[in-house]
Amino acid sequence: MSKTFIPSQYKIHASEIDNYCDLQLSGDWVIGNNIPSLNEIKNNLFQEFPSVTHLSICCSYLGEWDSRLVSYILILTKTLKKQNISVNVSGLPKGIQSLLKLAKAVPERTGAKKTRLQLSFLDVLGNKAINTVSESKKILSFIGEVWLSAQRLIQGKARFRQRDFSLVIQECGPDALPIVTLISLLIGLILAFIGAIQLQLFGADIYVANLVAIGMTREMGAMMTAIIMSGRTGAAFASKIGTMQVNEEIDAFKTMGISPMDFLVLPRVLALIIMMPLLTIYSNIIGMLGGMWVAVGMLDISFFEYYLQTKESITIVDFSTGIIKSLVFGTLIAGIGCMSGLQCGRSASAVGDATTKAVVRGIISIVVADSIFTLLFESLGI
Amino acid sequence: MAEKHIIVKDLTMAYGDFVIQQNLSFTVNKEDIFILMGGSGCGKSTLLRHLIGLKSPAKGSVFYQDTNFWQANEQQRNKIMRRNGILYQSGALWSSMTLAENIALPLEEYTNLCSAEILELASLKLALVGLSGFEDYYPSEISGGMQKRAGLARAIALDPDILFFDEPSAGLDPISAKLLDDLILELRDSLGATLVIVTHELASIFAIGNNSVFLDSKSKTIIATGDPNILLKECDDQRVRQFLTRGKNHQHQESNS
Repeated sequence: MSKTFIPSQYKIHASEIDNYCDLQLSGDWVIGNNIPSLNEIKNNLFQEFPSVTHLSICCSYLGEWDSRLVSYILILTKTLKKQNISVNVSGLPKGIQSLLKLAKAVPERTGAKKTRLQLSFLDVLGNKAINTVSESKKILSFIGEVWLSAQRLIQGKARFRQRDFSLVIQECGPDALPIVTLISLLIGLILAFIGAIQLQLFGADIYVANLVAIGMTREMGAMMTAIIMSGRTGAAFASKIGTMQVNEEIDAFKTMGISPMDFLVLPRVLALIIMMPLLTIYSNIIGMLGGMWVAVGMLDISFFEYYLQTKESITIVDFSTGIIKSLVFGTLIAGIGCMSGLQCGRSASAVGDATTKAVVRGIISIVVADSIFTLLFESLGI
Repeated sequence: MAEKHIIVKDLTMAYGDFVIQQNLSFTVNKEDIFILMGGSGCGKSTLLRHLIGLKSPAKGSVFYQDTNFWQANEQQRNKIMRRNGILYQSGALWSSMTLAENIALPLEEYTNLCSAEILELASLKLALVGLSGFEDYYPSEISGGMQKRAGLARAIALDPDILFFDEPSAGLDPISAKLLDDLILELRDSLGATLVIVTHELASIFAIGNNSVFLDSKSKTIIATGDPNILLKECDDQRVRQFLTRGKNHQHQESNS
């Protein structure tokens, strides 16, 4: 007895004995063509020939084929094998047979497939705690090393190239002026606008000058400059040093007996410590000019009135609080940037991570430090 | 008996809890060309990092002549490291400096020469590796093969006692690789240095090596040691034979069976 089941791209025959079946493939089995789903073939096979134990695949009418067919047969063989049906592929083209053989040549390594570990809440918490501790250790040891390096510098033992230092100064000083100018001007404008609207209610327009001057010198000048420098210079430090780590350049320094701390970190920290206060002073001035622009343009205050009011309102104390902050911010930005770079892994994506880390940590630490300063100055009455 | 230069005793290398190789013991003699070989990922480069002082061992010790490297104080360690020249896999030239500056930096750091003399020396080293005239080029402006040679020039800047090479011929065409091998040999003969080379380039292994250790990633230790040419003839270990014959021996047996 023989029956045949015929859908479009394949036929299933049964030979005299019902448990021997032929799967006849026809048409093109290539990527992009519609091919019957695996379940369809399986369902048809089991519906029509429930007692099948042997399946031969043959391909007299097969048109074009590519790896789509190979993968199809591979999966078909696997699933049928689980149901104790043996599959004979000797009727397939030589190419498919050798590809199948190649795919089965090395058995799947047990345990190689990645399993996602389901960690309990306590595990996650524990891991986090351990990470935090090791991370803090790294930070502390970095601070220690910078400190030792600074001591060597004071003793005249630390060496770095004058040219590198000048280059970093150039990068984090003059090169940053355009963006610092733009942001500071806008911050000055914004402060003046907000102040003007509120102060006009009381007819106290002239105090816009006080607001802008104190706002810029005490807070915004240092803070905005720091945030700009964190995104600009901190990120540049991290990516530069991170790339050197990937290229084994840091290793080359170490094995040459040259401390990367002295040679790479120190000039960068120094450069930012020098440039940050200067940039902050510049930012303060530009911000006040922005405020003046609004005041003179909008509020009927003359240039000289504004100038005199500004001069009256700020003291050297206001000015120096901003400068002190900027010194600390500069150290933080450079330190965090260099540390992220030095702790960078050895791949391209690790450099990206290091850069992100430098900027995020930089900005967080700036804001936190600023809050601490504000509290401190408040309680000291400065 | 040749003078001993580096002695590795019972070394275990690990990243955290993950042991890479254990119980490594071998001796590198003076003026040896010592090959660290083994399949990919077996820990050859990690072993090199232990030897040159970049990674501290989980257990065991590395002796440079009589000094236990990892127990020495920083000064002694720096002194030993200064006598090493290292050619990294990628060259690892400092990208912000020109070739001449790359070679000049260690000279500036460790000698009292004036800048003109340093420049002369740097030019000489570049000339030795066939890069005369490239003094003012930045590493990114020259080809990979040239970067390796420039890296070699930097490695020999301080006339080292030991030269370490991390896969010197990786990424080079056969002719450049051969030229680099020749250069390495010539420099060794004239400098009288000990050479330690990480490689799996069979041609170089047989051409220049006179002593070796073979690391295996499964048994996590040394499974063969000695002159690679003799290993090829006499070693019975199937894994070593397969490696040294590029698997020919293995295929041969398979077809026989």
